[in-house]
Amino acid sequence: MQKVFARPQSMLETTSHFCPGCHHGTVHRLLCEAIDHYGIRENTVGVPGVGCGVFLYDYIDIDVCEAPHGRAPAVATGMKRVAPENFIFTYQGDGDLGAIGFSEVVHTANRGENITVIFVNNSVYGMTGGQMAPTTLLGQRTTTSPRGRDLRNDGYPLRMTEMLAALEGVVFAARVSLHTAAHVKKARKAVMKAFHTQLEGTGFSFIEFISACPTNWNLSSQESVNRIEKEIIPYYKTGIFKEKDGGG
Amino acid sequence: MLQGCVALAEGAIAAGCRYYFGYPITPQNDIPEYLSGRLPQVGGVFIQAESEIASINMLLGASAAGARAMTSSSGPGISLMQEGLSYMAGSELPGLVVNITRIGPGLGGIASSQGDYWQATRGGGHGDYRLIVLAPNSVQEMYDLTIKAFYLSDKYRNPAMILADAILGQMKEPVRLKKPPVEIPHKPWALTGASGRKAQIIKSLYLGDGEMEEHNWHLYEKYEQLQRRDTLVEIDVDDNADILLISFGSCSRMVQSAVGMARSRGLKVGFVRPITLFPFPHDTIRELSREVGRVLTVEMNTGQMWDDVRLSLHPGCRASLLARPGGGIPSPAQILSKMEKLLKAGDKVAEGIC
Amino acid sequence: MYYDIILSGFGGQGILLTGDLLASAAMLEDKHVTWMPSYGVEMRGGAASCTVVVSSTRIGSPISEKIQGLISMSKPSLLKYQGRIRSGGLLVLNTSFADPDLVEREDITKICLPASEIAYQEVGEYKMANMVVLGAFAAHSGVVSLEKLEEAAEVLLTGRKKKLVPVVKKALNCGGSYKKYVRAVQPVKG
Repeated sequence: MQKVFARPQSMLETTSHFCPGCHHGTVHRLLCEAIDHYGIRENTVGVPGVGCGVFLYDYIDIDVCEAPHGRAPAVATGMKRVAPENFIFTYQGDGDLGAIGFSEVVHTANRGENITVIFVNNSVYGMTGGQMAPTTLLGQRTTTSPRGRDLRNDGYPLRMTEMLAALEGVVFAARVSLHTAAHVKKARKAVMKAFHTQLEGTGFSFIEFISACPTNWNLSSQESVNRIEKEIIPYYKTGIFKEKDGGG
Repeated sequence: MLQGCVALAEGAIAAGCRYYFGYPITPQNDIPEYLSGRLPQVGGVFIQAESEIASINMLLGASAAGARAMTSSSGPGISLMQEGLSYMAGSELPGLVVNITRIGPGLGGIASSQGDYWQATRGGGHGDYRLIVLAPNSVQEMYDLTIKAFYLSDKYRNPAMILADAILGQMKEPVRLKKPPVEIPHKPWALTGASGRKAQIIKSLYLGDGEMEEHNWHLYEKYEQLQRRDTLVEIDVDDNADILLISFGSCSRMVQSAVGMARSRGLKVGFVRPITLFPFPHDTIRELSREVGRVLTVEMNTGQMWDDVRLSLHPGCRASLLARPGGGIPSPAQILSKMEKLLKAGDKVAEGIC
Repeated sequence: MYYDIILSGFGGQGILLTGDLLASAAMLEDKHVTWMPSYGVEMRGGAASCTVVVSSTRIGSPISEKIQGLISMSKPSLLKYQGRIRSGGLLVLNTSFADPDLVEREDITKICLPASEIAYQEVGEYKMANMVVLGAFAAHSGVVSLEKLEEAAEVLLTGRKKKLVPVVKKALNCGGSYKKYVRAVQPVKG
């Protein structure tokens, strides 16, 4: 009998603690597939920020260094400068990257650090209980925007990929989603390209994953998928926003 | 002859440090300016970061990758680094942070001050941790103690700080550049990729039952060891001394002058200079204060080290403080006159700020 | 021996380098030395100054309230620092930038030299006035020898500045024979 679907080698055999319908597991899997594909498990270091993503080390069988909230790109910069031969990626949520760590990611991108930033955007602060994030959509109810995000009070949802794509130091920038099999396939391709970019040594690569947080959205898994399709994708358009020569 | 900041930078290079991350702030800019030219000459990397927050986290990353690395700043910038320092201590990562202090609080001023003593020795960031704090008082020590700081930092896997000020940073003195063989210890914990070994994690998050308490006792034990084995102090005490002067850093230079003047007038005096501010030489001061009944602490703040001195004193020893917290430097003449006043008054002068 | 001196003037007159040269020469004579530039708020307004301490024993304070010597190259620096000279101390004044009538002290030795003019006449360079006053200071005080100052100049002036070494040496020696240029050295009265 032929095995057609298996756990990637670099993925630890463990039970997921993530909530049903959460997309962190899918992101982990895509990362592991790319790590296996390029055969780089033994020289990869992951740098998760603070949030649900910090538990990266419970799922991926690689060296991992925790970073303070928002600071993963700075930590990764230090690591990459010491060991340019290693493959370094950060793994950050929307609060981590888009709010408290905005400065670090922008300047790391602008320096063209040869690292890969994995940005998981689920439009809320997941770990702390569903507060409003910089990426929360207008009108979206969260525990700190109980009447819905109000433009006059809270401003607009932040489009990080578009912003970063505008920087000269960025070689590859894409936004992908994981809510359908077709989208996952596109996401896989984007991850491969981002990894390839760093392995080629051409500069900063960035992928934003639109991801569900059914628990904090107060929706079922299926409803969450529907929400991504109907409400999120229209605002956060998927696609490759930057692909410089030499990238991908 | 070298300037203090340059001697410190050369000390870092002699210690095998090849990575510097920092953000401009007066009065420490001579360090990044010098290293931006010097580090590439020795195959090193200099990055001017976007903030002190980024600087300390770049240091964290470089340290996690196994390298000797450093950052430098001054008061306000060091405040911004406290988060990273707490994470480094919690994650047991070595690394050097240099504080060429300003006067605070707030934007304060750029003249010499020792007002960051509490911040340096009590942590400053959140949680149950300490920094290894070394306080040079000469340009030679700016060089020597930088090398020592890297050594202690690696030995205990804990961030170390050089606490100095504009006097020490700007001053030039002759320096003997001893080039010790660089011995960077093997760091099996470093994250180099899981090649030929199990994957490793560097972290400070422990959510399991009792894990955090165990971790904090482990850190505590390191600090106890530091106290026992690596406390540094300079002692210069006359037989039958009537008064003991305690001072650190640049301020101790003025005290040394005052001690010389006092001796030339026939006074019997003692001088103690903590070189490590953490670990603090509690035992030395307790012992000496048993023999000498009167202690005068001289500081360029409102009496921050005085706290540690009073914790150390032998019961019955009288503690006085001469404090200059605003950029003013206590002159040797001023110190001498306080000393004489205290000795004249004998037991009549109560403890306190004089 | 112990000697402390403030060197002072405008930024651009080479005050800090002059102090560095003095301290380096003393170091070459196996003395303990410190060189401390003015910093912080003192740096405003284009003023420059530094304190040099030379001692046969370990030096405590690198700054001094009362000084044994003052080199002043400008009017503001003269007015600011002359009060700090110890009684019986020494003032070397560049009268090209400060009127000697402004010297209020009667209890010190004064060497008042038109150092900028001397520098221009003798070595063709106004900017060597700092070396002229340093030479005069060394010759009169004996804190360091002219030979060691020359040696220190060779050590300190490297790279693009190396070509200045002969001019510096000449200017130092002009200062060394300062008696030629002053009408009278005014000794301590009484």
